[in-house]
Amino acid sequence: MPDTAATDFKPLSRVEMAARVARDIPEGWYVNLGIGIPTAIADHVPLDREVIFHSENGVLGMGPAPPREKIDPWLINAGKQYVTLRQGGSFCHHADSFSMIRGGHLDLCVLGAFQVAENGDIANWATSENDTAPAVGGAMDLAAGAKRLWVLMEHTTKDGTSKLVQRCSYPLTAVGAVKRVYTNLAVLDVTDRGFVVIDMAPGLTFDALQARTDAPLHRSA
Amino acid sequence: MIDKIVQSMAEAMADIKDGSTVLIGGFGAVGQPNALIDGLIEQGATDLTVAANNAGVGHVGLARLMELGRVRKIICSFPRSSDPVVFETLYRAGKIELEIVPQGTLAERMRAAGAGVPAFYTATGVGTKMAMGKETREFDGRAFVMERALVGDVGLVEAWEADRWGNLTFRESGRNFNPVIAMASNLTIVQTQHLRELGEIDPDHVVTPGIFVDRVLHVPYGDPTGF
Repeated sequence: MPDTAATDFKPLSRVEMAARVARDIPEGWYVNLGIGIPTAIADHVPLDREVIFHSENGVLGMGPAPPREKIDPWLINAGKQYVTLRQGGSFCHHADSFSMIRGGHLDLCVLGAFQVAENGDIANWATSENDTAPAVGGAMDLAAGAKRLWVLMEHTTKDGTSKLVQRCSYPLTAVGAVKRVYTNLAVLDVTDRGFVVIDMAPGLTFDALQARTDAPLHRSA
Repeated sequence: MIDKIVQSMAEAMADIKDGSTVLIGGFGAVGQPNALIDGLIEQGATDLTVAANNAGVGHVGLARLMELGRVRKIICSFPRSSDPVVFETLYRAGKIELEIVPQGTLAERMRAAGAGVPAFYTATGVGTKMAMGKETREFDGRAFVMERALVGDVGLVEAWEADRWGNLTFRESGRNFNPVIAMASNLTIVQTQHLRELGEIDPDHVVTPGIFVDRVLHVPYGDPTGF
């Protein structure tokens, strides 16, 4: 575990991480947000910036969670939470919904992950080969199908192990799919050279970031 | 006169055989044909292969069917839920076979079955455990894995409206797998919240045309609750 006292920096909170991703999503994109931290990204995209959120269970144009008294029991997202539909939103069946994903119609998907490798491999659905009841859901479709796959995750596990790795040790979700990673410490593009650092938490140095990362990092040109 | 409306659950469930593959609609609790699942429990068919997105919650519905030892194999994308106790107990004891399928591949396998397409290639799952033992092939420089169509002997579907020809509409996210299951199944059984007279459903609003439907049972249960 690196000595955190060596540098004076403040990792991003989960809310700040979601807001950081939201900043980079332009108006007009069709976007699917994975279950977990990525779901919170939608809260940071202002409604007047028209980004269209998709949910695997056939909802296109998803809006924010309703107040309790306005819950519509027929309208849930892929995380099985109650949501709303924006004006202009629509419903479709599962095969059409996944055609949007698998047919390359989504501009962006943001998923959580256990590990991302420097070649863009992602592991986010099972932590060991012997997982008793592995559950993949739509993760493999989203990872292989969206025009861009970004990952939003903590930079390390709770015990300080880097989640940005040279090669994934967990079962893969997709091969060479990740284009960018947002963590609580940095924003990194996945390139032919490997991870290129394009942004860091305030006060963090490149060397301190490298010390917390298994995969070799590169400075942006 | 064509009349696909049946008056009893026994009629709806008639002739479902042991060893059948049963496709069940629903995502979470929404659009899930709970009454028909209870009807299947009552009907008694066993040694079933069930395809559904999830593998049951608590001790009711699909979980109950499994608990009774009637399901030989489950095909699903996400065998976890708020309370997956029945599935996990059976799975650990080696009493149920599990085939995990990516959710989009599951839906596409059903659509393919309905469209008479025996197999197709997809990028989903390439280079992962899902592709093990399956043919992969390159098209235009990208690798794809071959997946087989998933035909249902029986499909259990929940609709919002239905008429006696079997034309169906769905409500909001209750549509989910239901239309592709109707297409993919040799015997499609529908429970509907509302019965409509022939011609009452605007032809432009019909989502599943009656050709894909065999039996319709009126089950006006209200709103879905719980997951």
